[in-house]
Amino acid sequence: MSYIYNAGQPMAHEALRNVSLTIEDGEFVGLIGHTGSGKSTLVQHFNGLLRPTAGTVFVDGVDIFGKDVNLRKVRQKVGMVFQYPEYQLFGETVFEDVAFGPKNMGVPDAELPGRVDQALALVGLDPGLKERSPFELSGGQKRKVAIAGVLAMQPQILILDEPTAGLDPKGRDEVLSLVAYLHQKENKTIVLVSHSMEDVARLAQRLIVMARGKIVLEGPPEVVFRQADYLEAIGLGVPQVTKLLQALKKQGFAVDPDHYTIEAVEDEIVRLLETK
Amino acid sequence: MAMMKNITIGQYIPGESIVHQLDPRTKILATFLFIALLFLVDTFTGYALGALLLFSIVLLSRIPVKFVLRGIRPLAFIIVLTLCLHFFMTEGRVLFQFWFLKLTYEGLIRGLMMVSRLILLIIGSSLLTLTTSPILLTDGIESLLKPFKVIGVPAHELAMMMTIALRFIPTLVEETEKIMKAQMARGADFESGNIFQRAKSLIPILIPLFVSAFRRADELATAMEARGYRGGEGRTRFRVLRFTRRDAAALILITAFVALVAFYC
Amino acid sequence: MADALIRFVDVSFSYSSDLEHGFEALAGINLEIADGEFVAVLGHNGSGKSTLAKHINALLVPTSGKVFVAGIDTQDGERLWEIRQKVGMVFQNPDNQLVATTVEEDVAFGPENLGIPTPEIHRRVDEALKIVGMSDYRLHSPHQLSGGQKQRVAIAGMIAMRPRCIVFDEPTAMLDPVGRHEVMQTVIKLNQEEKITIVLITHAMEEAILADRVIVMEEGKIVLTGTPREVFSQVETLAKLRLDVPEITSLANRLRRRGFAQIPNNILTIEEMVNVLCRLG
Repeated sequence: MSYIYNAGQPMAHEALRNVSLTIEDGEFVGLIGHTGSGKSTLVQHFNGLLRPTAGTVFVDGVDIFGKDVNLRKVRQKVGMVFQYPEYQLFGETVFEDVAFGPKNMGVPDAELPGRVDQALALVGLDPGLKERSPFELSGGQKRKVAIAGVLAMQPQILILDEPTAGLDPKGRDEVLSLVAYLHQKENKTIVLVSHSMEDVARLAQRLIVMARGKIVLEGPPEVVFRQADYLEAIGLGVPQVTKLLQALKKQGFAVDPDHYTIEAVEDEIVRLLETK
Repeated sequence: MAMMKNITIGQYIPGESIVHQLDPRTKILATFLFIALLFLVDTFTGYALGALLLFSIVLLSRIPVKFVLRGIRPLAFIIVLTLCLHFFMTEGRVLFQFWFLKLTYEGLIRGLMMVSRLILLIIGSSLLTLTTSPILLTDGIESLLKPFKVIGVPAHELAMMMTIALRFIPTLVEETEKIMKAQMARGADFESGNIFQRAKSLIPILIPLFVSAFRRADELATAMEARGYRGGEGRTRFRVLRFTRRDAAALILITAFVALVAFYC
Repeated sequence: MADALIRFVDVSFSYSSDLEHGFEALAGINLEIADGEFVAVLGHNGSGKSTLAKHINALLVPTSGKVFVAGIDTQDGERLWEIRQKVGMVFQNPDNQLVATTVEEDVAFGPENLGIPTPEIHRRVDEALKIVGMSDYRLHSPHQLSGGQKQRVAIAGMIAMRPRCIVFDEPTAMLDPVGRHEVMQTVIKLNQEEKITIVLITHAMEEAILADRVIVMEEGKIVLTGTPREVFSQVETLAKLRLDVPEITSLANRLRRRGFAQIPNNILTIEEMVNVLCRLG
């Protein structure tokens, strides 16, 4: 069981104040908040990149800043894909770059090719690209290589910071499908940091909303989206289709606004129209 | 490291003093004159007078003394080393001896003079960057170099390069931090190992940084072209440097001072 | 339109590296953009939309065919800088457009290049900053600004050159929702108040809806064109082109397929949908 808890960290402009949260094994959590809300600062505590000025962070019951804790092992368990991860590529070949993570984690050389192949397959890249230079690839392929580099470490928990940033609709769909797959078929615990309500609503089981360094809302998507006005006030929103249902409800229609995927809303409106 | 992007080069301290308001060219030339003085002069009286000049300028600039002296700290090691080298390596009348080290009178004098010169040099140049913003400094250098265009000095291009470098330093520092974190998240270790290992560990930072820098340069060049940039010909300026009577007076005073001190000391 | 501001006449373009393979980034483009229009160009990455954009301000010239800006042929080397003054361009990466160490200096960069006298430069900088709402930030350094703010400074830098048209190449792709909103508000203001012709390259539906006309590109060709309503009602075609439509439009389409033919196929906003459903019930 994975379990993370931390509190308190003031820093130049992204401060965290008394943040406590728990993430269960196998959960899919969506972390949302505007720029400066502290969400990026928060997730960097999960793998020890940042250290709280007060409070503790536990991963699998272990205080990661305690004595004798090897942060490298923590980072193997808690993999992190940063925003625009293609900007961190450096290997002469795709193989070298993807193997960097597992190699640092002590995976024996003989096992590296297997890991790399597996990771490339997961992200949907042709294993024949292994010997190519990552810099020759297209933007979308580069991003996949970067994600593969983290997956190759076989982390239990995966944190993704805006993985669809800068991608076109097709690219976005591919990445989100991958994330959904990793959660459902590979049973990974996922923390998805995003601005997009639609993306996060569709995939997450629980949403955590941050503003000004604090957690301001938490719960399953339908519960969080009920606070549409508040969300809008802090610079976020709700999925368009949910807004529609809420607007209809205000007009007096007997609809249940607790739906946030287009399929569910479609069914709800059909139900409404058929009962006329 | 998060602090680095807040430190401008040379630590410019904004202010409204007379010194701040002088044309940057005046200050650049004055600094050169002062440095020339330091090399022309060879006596303690000379250095003392130089120090007096600096001190009065510091007072006029209204910059707290601690900022002025800050520039000395990073060079403390060199200062001590210079002192020791001169103290113990100069031939002459031995004053003191412990072990195999002989402190000579000549060495003492030499050492102290060299160090005085060094310290005055550091303070003098610091004063320039403390009282002049990087933009104005660049403008000043460009203006002073313009006459040398006839012998092929690319004054405008140099100034443009400096401006762009200054503009991107904080951005690149930020990017370096991001890359470091991303690689650390993949198990990179920049702290342990011998020098060789640590140097090697920098490759995953340097390569992405370089690639990114080239990409930025390319995009920036395209953006500049889209805004009509085609080199320095025909360009007008947003900010115009104005050499006033105050500047002339300041320059004349300093030149006179330097001449007198150099001649008599 | 004889007086069209921008005209593409049978334009084809291949990057030099692709010439041997015969790959055309643009193939037989014919297009006219009128003064004061707001045109959005949609397409997935690789459809040629960016290449098209770069032809408008002569960053690229056609391998065959011609592009005319206010009657000037973009291949006319001597009038290149005239074209660049008439057509400004704002790029995707907010950082890699800002060249100076302070906001006001950066906005002045364009006018400086045009050789405009100093007092006039000051006037234009003031004016441009006011239009984009960044006057309070004139002495800030770029790295102190948010993405949306940086883009607004870049826009101000273009406005200061008093162009007749500004091309925006995916200006919000790297911004958060707040930044996107700031930039789009500015774009609308430029079109409506300052009467500047806008060409917006994007793949975001919420932005394309704001345009007078939408052009959809695929494999270097224009495959759809019309008002936003006309284009977005073709949900299936757009889906085949791997492009999104606004969620509401997609919802309307699904409801129609479930048998509710009374729902029009060109709904774009929540308000419209609510009105339709009110009338139905």
